[in-house]
Amino acid sequence: MKNILQSIYFYLDTRFKLSDLIQFAKKKKVPEHKYSFWYYFGGICLFLFILQVLTGILLLLYYTPSVDSAHESIQFIMSQVKFGWLMRSVHSWSANILIAAIFIHMFSSFFLKAYRSPRELTWITGFFLLLIFLAFGFSGYLLPWNELSFFATRVGTDIAGTLPLIGKHIKTFILGGPDVTGATISRFFWLHIGILPLLTVIILGIHVLLVQILGMSKPIGIPQNKVKEVPFFPNFILKDSLGWMLILALIGVLCVFFPWEIGQKADPFAATPIGIKPEWYFTFMFTTLKIIPAHIFSIEGEMIAIFGFMIGGLLWMLVPFLDRNAAKERKSSVFSFLGWIILLYIVVMTALTYLLPGL
Amino acid sequence: MNRRKFIDFFLGGSLAGTVIAFLYPTIRYILPTKQIEVVIKKITAAKVAELAPNTYKIFKFGTSPGILINTSDGELRAFSAICTHLTCTVIYESDTGTILCPCHNGRFDLSGNVISGPPPAPLESHNVEISGEDIVVSKKD
Repeated sequence: MKNILQSIYFYLDTRFKLSDLIQFAKKKKVPEHKYSFWYYFGGICLFLFILQVLTGILLLLYYTPSVDSAHESIQFIMSQVKFGWLMRSVHSWSANILIAAIFIHMFSSFFLKAYRSPRELTWITGFFLLLIFLAFGFSGYLLPWNELSFFATRVGTDIAGTLPLIGKHIKTFILGGPDVTGATISRFFWLHIGILPLLTVIILGIHVLLVQILGMSKPIGIPQNKVKEVPFFPNFILKDSLGWMLILALIGVLCVFFPWEIGQKADPFAATPIGIKPEWYFTFMFTTLKIIPAHIFSIEGEMIAIFGFMIGGLLWMLVPFLDRNAAKERKSSVFSFLGWIILLYIVVMTALTYLLPGL
Repeated sequence: MNRRKFIDFFLGGSLAGTVIAFLYPTIRYILPTKQIEVVIKKITAAKVAELAPNTYKIFKFGTSPGILINTSDGELRAFSAICTHLTCTVIYESDTGTILCPCHNGRFDLSGNVISGPPPAPLESHNVEISGEDIVVSKKD
């Protein structure tokens, strides 16, 4: 048996140069210090993305993207197909946990100043990945064609429609017409399983490649020569896979005890249900739009809020170029403080959505 | 123009032409096709008997929803049910006698004017008339 395995390995090694790859992984070192825990969230994001792809491919077998059959096909998956409830629940739960993991990965990279030179592009590609996964969440939310997702899509696309000059065109392009219809499901499905995965593979590929080339960033303030390093293979990868197993167990428990809901089928001519809100990761923007006054200095409040988020996002993406202290390996307390303010804002606004729904 | 420049120009132009020949149909294919929309100006929104005082009905007015309210005084009012904030469908709250957008808690009075919340403009109001047993709603010119 051992000889057969060795022969197979030899055959593959001759063709794919596997020993070079193993040698590279063994040579690759990962810094180990008191903040090393946060490194594992990158791997968790990657693992959850793979889970998304696998369960998404399985869901494609039964899902039909049309107004007449989208909701029915989800009902069929959840109630008739063997383990259909599990596949859909794993897909939905892992999507939500993935967004949470991306936020944790992003904020931990921010506070550890991992964006500083030469890792600016790693940060920027990571920022684009966040946008792509938010788009994944937004487009996937409509696919079951239930009333919550219908109105969330209406509000979300209308936000894009408020942009001056190009807003209306963007909205029409996203929706496939002036309103949320069957054309919207087709477009969202196209985005969800075609365009966004393609973009993800390209940008994630660059992101992971940069991490491999540049290695992991060491925090400012820890003397570079005193940082202990452990081999990527097998030490780091084993700890990483332990994290994956824990996440998988968590998803399993959530799916069994809280299978993902189907909701009521969307009716475009029904009133909006009371207490409607988008997915949790959009609620900080949702609550901001709720509490902002209709007009501020004769400018529409929603316009100010939307532009505020856009400019905030742009500045967030450009942080590696704005934080001059971190670029010079000096502590940058101002940026850390701003980061905490942003994090606090997101947490408070998200909490308010659930604690004070009548706000 | 010498021969080398001509070939560079010719090959570069061919490449650009090929790219455009691929891009143009692709972009036109992706952009939504304009549908001919029938503009409906008048519609029977409900039967007189079906709407008790202090109740409402969402009705289909062309491609968008409208709201027909029979106020507590028995007066009929009709508006576009699309909130002027971010296009959610509004409802009538019988206990407060106001129109509410459940998405961001925008509130309108029974003339469609904004009372509170983020909506930047009033609701579009429609004409209401009774024709026999029907309540007919029409767009204002």
